[in-house]
Amino acid sequence: MRKRATLRRKTIRQAFVRSIPVMAGYVVLGIGFGVLMHAAGYGFLWTLAMSLLIYAGSMQYVGVGLLSGGASVVTAILTTVMVNARHLFYSISMIRVYRDSGRLKPYLIFALTDETYSLLCDGEVPEGADAEAYRFLVSAFDHSYWVIGSVLGSLLGAVLPFSTEGIEFSMTALFLTSFVEQWVRKGNRIPALTGLGATLLSLAVFGPERFLIPAMLLITLVLSLLRGRLGKEEAEA
Amino acid sequence: MNSMGHSALLVAVMSAFTILLRFLPFLIFRKRVPPYVAYLGKVLPPAIIGMLVVYCLRNTAVLAFPFGIPELIAVLAVVLLQIWKHRSLLSILAGTAVYMLLVQLVF
Repeated sequence: MRKRATLRRKTIRQAFVRSIPVMAGYVVLGIGFGVLMHAAGYGFLWTLAMSLLIYAGSMQYVGVGLLSGGASVVTAILTTVMVNARHLFYSISMIRVYRDSGRLKPYLIFALTDETYSLLCDGEVPEGADAEAYRFLVSAFDHSYWVIGSVLGSLLGAVLPFSTEGIEFSMTALFLTSFVEQWVRKGNRIPALTGLGATLLSLAVFGPERFLIPAMLLITLVLSLLRGRLGKEEAEA
Repeated sequence: MNSMGHSALLVAVMSAFTILLRFLPFLIFRKRVPPYVAYLGKVLPPAIIGMLVVYCLRNTAVLAFPFGIPELIAVLAVVLLQIWKHRSLLSILAGTAVYMLLVQLVF
């Protein structure tokens, strides 16, 4: 019993340490989301519900516009599928890692955000940690940062003494930093450029309201055509 | 703000479909992941991040004042800081601060 308790405390500490880089980012981005929700006229219960139940940063930023613009259900579904389609691919690459996760598996899958994915995708677990508990705790710590940040932002939105105009750039900045990190890794440049190029082309052709779906299709098409070449590089790397 | 009922419905829809997307591969490929899907799983993330960068900047007016200059400066600040320090949080905070100052005080 005693040994188990120490083991668990150690796992908690290891998971917490692993989650620290995400903490500040989620609190800041969460505050940005809460402030936007407040500005759109939605109180902290709405913000809390979205951060608990959707738990997808970019989708929630986009969701503020859907809510305040009174979007149709069909638009909400299509937008969710387009903005979050990348989660399909996170999940695909985690099938192996989460194979033996037992009863915590549903929560692990639910909480698989971009950032949590980036912390757990290598499948490694610190020495001496209980793998299942460790992955659960990293996921739950990240989730709590996001919830706390967004509720904080919602409450701060009412009292902030300065204008928050431009705070939405934090989302752009988050993706830019991911883009740079992907860019420096070998074998990622052609896919990264494909994403930029295809989306810019699609934006020019279809305009800012409906370019996402054609962009996704074009990206998938181009990457499929490049499979012979990129798939080989992947095997060599 | 729109009607509470419709807003609640939209939140439920966004939640349900986000969850569905996250669970789908685990349900479909329970036994084996086809090589083509595995390939897409590897090359799509960097492409999607590129797409999201463009998505965030989609409403930037490059043909009218201020010609996207605040966005350009803030994007450069984030990219250069990230290449230099590789500290994501620092890049995000600094870039956002630069952008907020530019749109509120300069342009």
